[in-house]
Amino acid sequence: MSLEKADVEKIAHLARLQISEQDVPEYARDLSSILALVEQMGAVDTTGITPMAHPLDIAQRLRADEVTEENQREKFQAIAPATENHLFLVPKVIE
Amino acid sequence: MHNKTISELAQGLRDKAFSSVELTQHYLDRIQQFDGDLNSFITVTPELALAQARAADEQLAAGNATALTGIPLAQKDIFCTDGVRTSCGSKMLDNFIAPYSATVIEKFNSAGSVMLGKTNMDEFAMGSSNETSFYGAVKNPWDLDAVPGGSSGGSAACVAARMAPASTGTDTGGSIRQPAALCGITGLKPTYGRISRYGMIAFASSLDQAGPMTRDAKDAAIMLNTMAGFDARDSTCLDKPVPDYTANLDNSLQGLKIGLPKEYFGEGLDSGVATAIEAAIKEYEKLGATVKEISLPNTSLAVPTYYVIAPAECSSNLSRMDGVRFGYRCENPVDLEDLYKRSRGEGFGDEVKRRIMVGTYALSAGYYDAYYLKAQQIRQLISDDFKKAFEEVDVIMGPTTPEPAFNFGEKGEDPVSMYLSDIYTIAVNLAGLPGISVPAGVVNGRPAGLQIIGNYFDEARLLNVAHQYQQVTEWHQQGPARYL
Repeated sequence: MSLEKADVEKIAHLARLQISEQDVPEYARDLSSILALVEQMGAVDTTGITPMAHPLDIAQRLRADEVTEENQREKFQAIAPATENHLFLVPKVIE
Repeated sequence: MHNKTISELAQGLRDKAFSSVELTQHYLDRIQQFDGDLNSFITVTPELALAQARAADEQLAAGNATALTGIPLAQKDIFCTDGVRTSCGSKMLDNFIAPYSATVIEKFNSAGSVMLGKTNMDEFAMGSSNETSFYGAVKNPWDLDAVPGGSSGGSAACVAARMAPASTGTDTGGSIRQPAALCGITGLKPTYGRISRYGMIAFASSLDQAGPMTRDAKDAAIMLNTMAGFDARDSTCLDKPVPDYTANLDNSLQGLKIGLPKEYFGEGLDSGVATAIEAAIKEYEKLGATVKEISLPNTSLAVPTYYVIAPAECSSNLSRMDGVRFGYRCENPVDLEDLYKRSRGEGFGDEVKRRIMVGTYALSAGYYDAYYLKAQQIRQLISDDFKKAFEEVDVIMGPTTPEPAFNFGEKGEDPVSMYLSDIYTIAVNLAGLPGISVPAGVVNGRPAGLQIIGNYFDEARLLNVAHQYQQVTEWHQQGPARYL
């Protein structure tokens, strides 16, 4: 699978990554090379094989729905890029 | 002092041959002296280290010492450390002062060990040479032209150069074992779920596992005793008793059944490394082990499979780095999308962006079955290969890497040539098995590693098998001459 310039731009948009115009051809080449490696998987017949999502065959552990953590807002917001009145600030989203 | 192992240093502390403060200062001085060239630390924490050392000396004086009380350690900069920058090797987290500590860090703190600093690594643990770090590459103490391996390159180099007695690493596709092999130290990747991943910045959550990087197997056992165990804060951490990993180190290897996968000794294996591994196998035969050729037929599919699963998981995990709540934010964003795109575009390096994009593509509508589902099915086949092998043998052995440390820039422009350097380590992560790399030779001045793979939760046996080899050989005692 060889990726075109438009494919890279679409993937970068989906991943919310700014890629400069001049770097697109290099990403197209590198990603195509990685996908060519990955395509070796196609040679294997996997009909009927159960997909392995996780290394250990265990059921997800559950816990009681109880409050266990204290609010540490001051501490966690101290490292935020911008806050105001305990809210994280971002550019205006609604006109 | 700096050529001693953890167990020797602990004895010295108890015998009052030196205090933890003296020991800590000695390592801090060595970091000051040598790390300008090697670049194995991103952050050195002298004040914290000396405060912890003073507290440790009080515990020692009171007779409350554990096996790690007062022992200086280096922590990979992927483990969150409350109040200390935790960068994960990325510009994205260059300003991130962790507001809490990883479980692994808490366990070391409770054991009374001393943190010297946070070690350099490939950005978000994505790399095999340390060249992707935002802070510049770590150099291999054996040869400054050579890479130290990755992603735990700083953790490996600082132990090899005797700037720390031991360190921690994390291993998603070989990131403990490969740098351990390339720097001539011992590195253990435990079974998936053995050590809590809480507070360990996630790369690929179904593969990531922390482990010790040490001078020998006995020290790895001591470290694992502290690191392993249940943690309610990691839903994949297993509630399984932790044995004393030092208890069986001296067991005889008489009758041990070793499997040698023929796929690990074929094309692409450096002849010097092959010779070293063959010599190691002979030592095991002398120790009473029997050797048998086995087959792991899906070996060649491990790297392709990994490069779907790991990028898919990383594209999801790294979506939290959005410039809103912590980490890097671009200047003057015009709208929310611009904030996301430029913060991520400017904050991540090229390799991280490549992997996020591969993962995004593999998970996108119309491609999921062909890539992600297919990869999970092959992952099952790879895992079944090991299951079958462990019906016949106790441990599997082979080289950790196809060649000794390569030079900076040697893997060139194509990312895939770098990916193939992890060909012997990656399958172990896909299966979730434990593996250890031990020094087994020096080829043209650069170390070679023997990899020993065990069955699930068989770390005690792996450590026993590694320790017995280290009783009859001295590769693990060798080091780069300049730093001895």
